[in-house]
Amino acid sequence: MSSSRYSVKNNTVENRLFLNRIIASFVVIILLTSGLIVRLIYLQIVGHEHYASLAKDNSVKIVPLVPTRGIIYDRHGKILADNTPSYSLELIPEQIPNMEDTLQRLQKLLDIPDEKIEIYQKQRKRQKRFTSTPLLIGMSEEELAKFAVVRPYFPGVDIRTRLVRHYPYSDLAAHVVGYVGRINEAELKELPVAEYRGSSHIGKLGIESSYETELHGKTGYAEIETNVQARPLNTLNEANPDSGANLYLTLDIDLQKSAYDALEGYNGAVVAIEVKTGGVLVFASRPGFDPNPFVVGIANDAYQALQSSEDQPLYNRALRGLYPPGSTVKPFVALAGLEYDAISAQQKLFCPGYYQLPGVSHKYRDWKKGGHGSVNLNEAITESCDVYFYRLAATLGIDHVHDFLQKFGFGEKTGIDLVGEKAGLLPSREWKRNQKNQAWYPGETLITGIGQGYHQVTPLQLARATATLANRGSIVTPFLVDKIVTGRATRSGPETHKGSIPLKSANINNIIAAMVNVVHSGRGTAKSIGRDISYQIAGKTGTAQVFNIKQNAKYNENDIDFKLRDHALFISFAPADNPKIAVAVVVENGGHGGSVAAPIAGKIIKQYLKDNN
Amino acid sequence: MKTETRREHFEPPSVIGTILRRLHIDIPLFIGLFFTSVLSFLILYSAGSQDMDILVRQAARIGLAFLLMTVLAHINPYQFKRYSALLFGLGIFLLVAVLIMGQIGKGAQRWLDLGVFRFQPSEMIKITTPMMVAWYLSEHPLPPKAKQLFIAALLILVPTLLIAKQPDLGTAILVASSGAGVLFFAGLSWRFIFAIAAMLAAFTPILWHFMRGYQRDRVLTFLNPEADPLGRGYHIIQSKIAIGSGGIYGKGWLGSTQSELDFLPESSTDFIFAVFAEEFGLFGCLGLLILYLLIIGRCLYIASQAQDTYCRLLASSLAFTFFVYVFVNIGMVIGILPVVGVPLPLISYGGTSIVTLLAGFGILMSIHTHKKRMLL
Repeated sequence: MSSSRYSVKNNTVENRLFLNRIIASFVVIILLTSGLIVRLIYLQIVGHEHYASLAKDNSVKIVPLVPTRGIIYDRHGKILADNTPSYSLELIPEQIPNMEDTLQRLQKLLDIPDEKIEIYQKQRKRQKRFTSTPLLIGMSEEELAKFAVVRPYFPGVDIRTRLVRHYPYSDLAAHVVGYVGRINEAELKELPVAEYRGSSHIGKLGIESSYETELHGKTGYAEIETNVQARPLNTLNEANPDSGANLYLTLDIDLQKSAYDALEGYNGAVVAIEVKTGGVLVFASRPGFDPNPFVVGIANDAYQALQSSEDQPLYNRALRGLYPPGSTVKPFVALAGLEYDAISAQQKLFCPGYYQLPGVSHKYRDWKKGGHGSVNLNEAITESCDVYFYRLAATLGIDHVHDFLQKFGFGEKTGIDLVGEKAGLLPSREWKRNQKNQAWYPGETLITGIGQGYHQVTPLQLARATATLANRGSIVTPFLVDKIVTGRATRSGPETHKGSIPLKSANINNIIAAMVNVVHSGRGTAKSIGRDISYQIAGKTGTAQVFNIKQNAKYNENDIDFKLRDHALFISFAPADNPKIAVAVVVENGGHGGSVAAPIAGKIIKQYLKDNN
Repeated sequence: MKTETRREHFEPPSVIGTILRRLHIDIPLFIGLFFTSVLSFLILYSAGSQDMDILVRQAARIGLAFLLMTVLAHINPYQFKRYSALLFGLGIFLLVAVLIMGQIGKGAQRWLDLGVFRFQPSEMIKITTPMMVAWYLSEHPLPPKAKQLFIAALLILVPTLLIAKQPDLGTAILVASSGAGVLFFAGLSWRFIFAIAAMLAAFTPILWHFMRGYQRDRVLTFLNPEADPLGRGYHIIQSKIAIGSGGIYGKGWLGSTQSELDFLPESSTDFIFAVFAEEFGLFGCLGLLILYLLIIGRCLYIASQAQDTYCRLLASSLAFTFFVYVFVNIGMVIGILPVVGVPLPLISYGGTSIVTLLAGFGILMSIHTHKKRMLL
């Protein structure tokens, strides 16, 4: 620092300036403090009487008025989730003269187990003063009657009615509808304080969670005058709560039941979509679980059993299950071949039962030993010839295969109005370089062409791609909520259309014709479901390998463990000439698609088209 | 002779007094701080539902804070000046570190976990920012020229924005005003001050346009708390009821019904003044304000007696910031300022702010007690 710059005169100027500022700041501080004092005088002298009347002997407590949660209906107005009254015995400790005595008498009267008393004691300690804490939840009629008689002898103990969420269809649609549960601490931090003051439950899964805001409604409040014991005396002011919106789903619970029943004995998923709109008709995942215990708080051992079950009942397979598409990908790969002019519909390729890349000894085998002989595109799809698609994929190259499949939504979330959707995986050169730091091998292109290898889809994705195909390239976004009804106002669910894929009409016709042959021709892999109907179903079977068999070994279903058996898949839409419904079925370890998965889809399609004609 | 006896009478040779002087403790300031701390215990005992745990923890914190104050009072102010830039740089570095760690941890983060204890860099910045600005301006003739103003503004803006991003609006305001305080005491021209004030007023509507939804909500709640009685307005309504019902004389110690019945949230922390006002009434409030003014007055006196420009600027800015603390907290509790997270200095429970505050007083004491020795 150069002190030479400071002249004596400057120092004097500085000194005076600084002292002036000290004085000025003190004046400002005094002025602002006076402002505070004026306000305090206003509150404590002028407004004293007003505020004292609010606070002194009778206090005004602002009590939240909890809105009734919206009801969830299926497309025909059948109730999927509603609220039923439940009675609980609640205690306000501050109003009870002798706690120990009261608890002992209650225990004798209602036969309450010791552990419930312990739980209550723990909960009570955590509660704020003058709040009522439940001792018994879900009381029976008998218990209610017993207590009603002796109620005057129990000050501070009362019966309270609460509305409890109820799911009449239990496990049938548990994954879609979801359930509500107690708000936990992590959720409490995220939630808007005012809206959830007084709410104890929040949607945890499915529609209950995705549409939490709509279903919850708007909390109202009442300003209630209370005495020093916090007993309510008088309501001064009230703002009524707005009940939660009722939701009408596109789901058809009868169709859902058929699908769920058809899956019996297997783990798997069925998704059916209304082709024109994208509305989801069936969204079944098996095994399911009963959501009702989750509402009142599921017992720990019951929850552990669900969690650790090998069949993973809590897992929404339709939304989150990842499976190789198997041969169900073939119509899409075939369409890619036509669109990129890699092949013509009439061109025949010879299938000897295996395929070899030039200069490689490895044999990529067809599912049919001895091969299909000379087949064109239609026959290749109808009979599900693997060799045809090895060659087609090799000609197209992985880049074209990837780009074309991506247009149908593979490897991306469908954007359905449910939280927790999985995106699946559509492999590409870039993906492999980023994820595995490896180059793409030509052999991997071949198996991608028949839906094996890295490619993974969700049943929902498969249904959506099928609906898009049925729609001749017009992309559909699946959705579940059709109408949101608040009071008298109705608004529709999510926006659905997402543009379309430009496709040549002749090419689409070729693919659909081949898919019709899958169901209706003598050589079709799903011919069992095509009989006795007045319309045509277009479909494609798929069998996804879970277990890799060795080069020269033979896959024998009876030899291997059930859990290692192939997954059976089937995609379909109908009627083929004017598609209304698209269905995707995945049956885990179901074996062959044609024999296990196709009949389930056939059942759904027939029931739906019968009901809607 | 007469003067000598009088002097003896005025300063009794008490053991405590001698010890305090040896420790470089400024006695008037110490007395003010001591009384405020006692008040803090009294009111916390009442506001915290007579929970001794709270008192023990607060006592530990205040003890630590007084210790730090004593240590800092011992250090020659020349050392503060010398390390101003270094400490400021370190503070900024830690702020950025916290911000980056927060981003990795996906969420607001203000803490730096040092294993043994957690450290809040924004607290350190509250002191190092005025130190830095005071050091920079004291290197040039006063009043500052345009170039120095510009650089000083940058020195203030960088930490302020970093803290506002955490987001901790309350601390950001305190840091900004500590820096602005230095500029004011350095002789920033009145014309300039009024021009900035006018500009801020003119920009308010434009600012509104750029505000996010929740920020607008806060302003609206401040203007009309009754519109949202369950949410943000709840604090203010309950706080006003508590204060207003206290009246002139208050309900007496432990007589607060509003915090007792849980009407008043955060009654031990940011809204403790409401409990104080309910129990001790208008007279109590006036007493507390006078106590604060005495502390601030003593600090400004210390600033006016400091000889070196750096010490003057730093001391006066610390005094001013202390007032901003008081004004923003009480202003928000009585409903004339929007709710931002600023505690009532020396009284609110928790936070590391009490440690920082007393560190500031330690620096002030150092400035005052070392000056005399330098004269000798």
